Amino acid sequence: MSPEVAATTTGSGGPDPRDGATPLLSIRDLEVTFTTQQGSATAVRGASFDVMPGETVAIVGESGSGKSTTAAAVIGLLAENGRVTGGRILFDGTDLTERGGAGIARMRGRDIGMVPQDPMSNLNPVMRVGAQIVEALEDNGVARGEEARRRTVELLEEAGLPDAQRRAAQYPHEFSGGMRQRALIAMGLSCRPRLLIADEPTSALDVTVQRTILDRLEALTAERGTAVLLITHDLGLAAERAHRIVVMYRGEVVETGPAAHLLRDPQHEYTKRLLAAAPSLASRRIEIAKHGGGARVAADDLLAVTADAPADATRAAADAVVEVEDVTKVFRIRGRGLLGRGTDFTAVDRVSFTIPRGTTTAVVGESGSGKSTVARMILALEEPTSGTIRFDGEPVGGKDRAAEVRFRRRVQPVFQDPYSSLDPLYTIYRTIEEPLRAHGYGSASRRRERVLELMDDVALSPSLLRRYPAELSGGQRQRVAIARALALDPELVVCDEAVSALDVIVQSQILHLLADLQHRKGLSYLFISHDLAVVRQIADRVCVMERGRIVEEGTVDDVFDHPQEAYTRALLDAIPGRSLDLGLRAG
Amino acid sequence: MSTEPAAQAVVAATAPTGPGGRAGDEGASIWRVAARRLRRNPGAILGAVIVLAFVLVALLAPVIAPYGPQELPGRAEIRPTFIPGPSPEHLLGLDRYGGDLFSKLVWGARASLVIGVLSTMLGLLGGALVGLLAGAFGGWVDTATMRLVDLMLSVPSLLLAVSIAAVIGQSPTAVVIAIGVVQVPIFARLLRGTMLAQRGQDYVLAARSLGLSRRTVTMSHVLPNSLGPVIVQATLMLATAVIEAAALSFLGLGGGSPTTAEWGRMLTAAQNELEVAPRLAMWPGALIAITALGFTLFGEALREALDPKTRKR
Amino acid sequence: MVRLILQRLALLVPTLLGLSVLLFLWVRALPGGPATALLGERATPEAVERINSLYGFDKPLLEQYLTWIGQLLQGNFGTSTRTQVPVLEEFLDRFPATIELTLLALVFAVGIGIPLGYVAARHQGKALDHTTVVASLLGVTVPVFFLAFLLKFLFAVQLGWFPSAGRQSPSMVATHPTGFYVLDGLLTGEWDAAWDALLHLVLPAIALGSIPLAIIARITRASVIEVQSADYVRTARAKGLRPPRLRRRVVIRNAMLPVATTIGLQVGLLLSGAVLTETVFAFNGIGSFLAAAVFNLDYAVLQGFILFIAVVYALVNLAVDVSYGLIDPRMRVR
Repeated sequence: MSPEVAATTTGSGGPDPRDGATPLLSIRDLEVTFTTQQGSATAVRGASFDVMPGETVAIVGESGSGKSTTAAAVIGLLAENGRVTGGRILFDGTDLTERGGAGIARMRGRDIGMVPQDPMSNLNPVMRVGAQIVEALEDNGVARGEEARRRTVELLEEAGLPDAQRRAAQYPHEFSGGMRQRALIAMGLSCRPRLLIADEPTSALDVTVQRTILDRLEALTAERGTAVLLITHDLGLAAERAHRIVVMYRGEVVETGPAAHLLRDPQHEYTKRLLAAAPSLASRRIEIAKHGGGARVAADDLLAVTADAPADATRAAADAVVEVEDVTKVFRIRGRGLLGRGTDFTAVDRVSFTIPRGTTTAVVGESGSGKSTVARMILALEEPTSGTIRFDGEPVGGKDRAAEVRFRRRVQPVFQDPYSSLDPLYTIYRTIEEPLRAHGYGSASRRRERVLELMDDVALSPSLLRRYPAELSGGQRQRVAIARALALDPELVVCDEAVSALDVIVQSQILHLLADLQHRKGLSYLFISHDLAVVRQIADRVCVMERGRIVEEGTVDDVFDHPQEAYTRALLDAIPGRSLDLGLRAG
Repeated sequence: MSTEPAAQAVVAATAPTGPGGRAGDEGASIWRVAARRLRRNPGAILGAVIVLAFVLVALLAPVIAPYGPQELPGRAEIRPTFIPGPSPEHLLGLDRYGGDLFSKLVWGARASLVIGVLSTMLGLLGGALVGLLAGAFGGWVDTATMRLVDLMLSVPSLLLAVSIAAVIGQSPTAVVIAIGVVQVPIFARLLRGTMLAQRGQDYVLAARSLGLSRRTVTMSHVLPNSLGPVIVQATLMLATAVIEAAALSFLGLGGGSPTTAEWGRMLTAAQNELEVAPRLAMWPGALIAITALGFTLFGEALREALDPKTRKR
Repeated sequence: MVRLILQRLALLVPTLLGLSVLLFLWVRALPGGPATALLGERATPEAVERINSLYGFDKPLLEQYLTWIGQLLQGNFGTSTRTQVPVLEEFLDRFPATIELTLLALVFAVGIGIPLGYVAARHQGKALDHTTVVASLLGVTVPVFFLAFLLKFLFAVQLGWFPSAGRQSPSMVATHPTGFYVLDGLLTGEWDAAWDALLHLVLPAIALGSIPLAIIARITRASVIEVQSADYVRTARAKGLRPPRLRRRVVIRNAMLPVATTIGLQVGLLLSGAVLTETVFAFNGIGSFLAAAVFNLDYAVLQGFILFIAVVYALVNLAVDVSYGLIDPRMRVR
């Protein structure tokens, strides 16, 4: 479908900023090509869409969809080997592709601003934060000297940075991630651009910080009438924040439309898949189904096998596959220098919980909450400082080598990063065969059969057996990691952020695979995640961790529907799309 | 807008169809990928050609050289102010003592290869032993060993080599041992560092979770993955060894007579003849530089080819 | 900042202590023991025995070590067996010459290396860049003393542009209050002497500075290339920074961080290179003296010099770390 047609099918309701105005940014048939050693690759082809003055437009897509490339082309900051090879980028009537490098350079900051993705790497580490905004004001001729410094403090204040006067004189390393992103927002808006490009502005931040940052960005741009081009992988977030959504897939714009309209009535097959896969939306659908009445929870959304029939509490406790009792883990941080004294850091603080057999127990928390340390202790890769962890009544890890080998066979991990969880020197066959060989599983031909069986279980083609991890996609690698974990028929699988590094659709596929395997093999899962929307879909029970402690624990329904703790509520509120009406009540 | 994965993703999507158009299910291991990238790198090819030529000349010295290393066929032709230049009998002319320069250079290649390989092997083995020792025992042993390593690295390497050779005495063996010992702390620190980095990788945790013993995990995962940087370092060290051996010879620590067929020694002897026959210095000097350049080019290219950061391209 | 310096100075103590133990054992490990070291080739069994009892080499090792350390702390580094002059005296006589030489070599290496690396990075992939890369590889692989020969042969012997040996022309009459000949000439107003001393320094400094120059150029190039593609540079461009300010305040400042460390590491290379270069140019500094000591196995000199060079090396690296803190605010906290 042509984007223009999609764009004109504007939905009813709500003031449409497009009425009667000419677009501020108009992209027509944009084509961007990268030249690499292997030849050229077209990253964006035939993309067209408009951004009206003051309007927020979100480009949604997975990695490799060309969404960031499109934005980079607009602001003239394509990587060295990238070129606009076709189409036009009209900004306020002038074609940026004809203005050349120097022409676009003059517009940056003043006409088009940018808020980058990773706050950790986007500030100049050797310069004071304030000075970095002052220099932008000066070079764009907005203000100079004392006036620029005064303006900088104002901007930082507006961006929600407390104690801005003092903070302006500090260096980036003295800022937290959220504070840095506020500084970057102040920087992007400092010269009052008419268009702000925000590329995944919060995906590197903790969930609770994400929301406040986005709120602030929205308020500031609304106040100034700045148009925003928001780049995101999260359809829920896009729908919540943008007037209109542009869906990109493999370099092409597949669908464009008003946010609400696109959610309710997706036209393109890819949009539908994205809609079904986005955890934030799935979680919202579950919520609507439970409380709005009428609609039923789609089987696709709720993946936990036992959620519909909550297990009898006492029975569950009796049949716990893992019991964590009063576990504390203290790390000693080495002091600097010869006489520097070390300090203690309590990563996990008196944590107790159980994992009922055959179910999925999730541990959620933000970075630094200690959730991964819990996972490692249950895997007996890390020893608790105090407290006990029992697997099937026995201490984890086993008393002696023989007991340890028995334990290892029954408890297996799946890690977050599919790039580093496979030995780069091992073929896929060797990777999956390794546990079989290590535990003396049958003859070579028996092992080969078993490897093929496992490949089939995780839906991988046998043609991949002689390949190396570097030749596989992220999703394929994670399937290999799951196959390796399942090789010895374990009872408990510990998934440490197992889907966090994957794109939405692949993520959804892996989640389905995990749910399916649990169903078929009666596995128990410990699911470590920072993403509550995912947890909502896959888990039966959930423990919320904050700074080493479990602050709330219960069934998924209890915790999500009746959060007791302020922290849990903050986490839940931070799931994008919580305010969305997905049009399900009607259907 | 951090990195743009699009271009890479597109290229990556085409990669599994087989490197170099090879059909079938055969995967591309890191070493095979590295070999392919080396073949595309002109610097690597130049380096490899130099190294290969050097090794061949050194191995085939008895065949190539018309005279033995100690022979002085042109003794009678030497005058205090005249050393005969290139002639049909003596391709590159004679040296101060009447030796055939070409033959001596060929034999010198053999001497350099022996010194380079032996000393680097010594450094590698010693470094591996120390590094593994520190890594295996950890704690107290590790701290003490690494302090010693730091200590050795706190003295400039040539001075360290000089002082070691000075203790052993003036001989080619002293040179080999001195250069080898100087390399020990370098290899030890490198090996320990890469192994420590490997230990934290998820695939090592996964291997431990499979119930593999510490030894198996080290031997089958950690060590093979630590090999790349060590091989690169060893290649670069061969270059350093050739240069340092010449320097030690220059300082008179190489032993032997001034007529010894060894590049450093020849170069040192030639400094008194600069005005009479500059070629006596030019040839060995240029050969040392070219040989070291070959190993350096190849080592740097290998480092690049094995670098995971650039590997995905 | 002050705490950092103090901490680093404190760390220097065990390093030096460890080094002194190694050097102490080193001389004891000699075939024939330390007496042979002291006597050199005049070591007859009777003389060895005499020296052993005279210097207490027959006492327990620990006692010997403590005595030796005590002497070191009093500035007694022993006597050169070759010249029969106290090591410290020999050393102080020659140190200014070597400082002059290494400083000029460093100025040469930094002054050309950094701009060269920067320009190469700006023209990445072009002919200029490739030339720089190849030249810098060659710079590292050409033996220092061979380069010294070449320079001497070409510019001193053949062309006669520069003197071929020594620190000062034999015909030159000059006073030397500090021992730094160039400085002396400037202080006393003997301009011809200063100029003469400088001319003597040029060739050795170029030879000595070649390897550091190559290394500094390479590191600068790599660092600039890396910084140019950093996220914060892109963001600085996005906020509309003009190119001059972008280069000066963002690219160069960040790219210089690893270069500063590298410059510190070159001091070790310069000091060991001085041993070779000074010998070729008959330049009377600690390098040529050390080379002569090696040749004659003059252990007292070697022992003292190596310890001294290690101290200088450590102090220079401390200075580099401190200056690093001045450029990089991340190092200032704590």
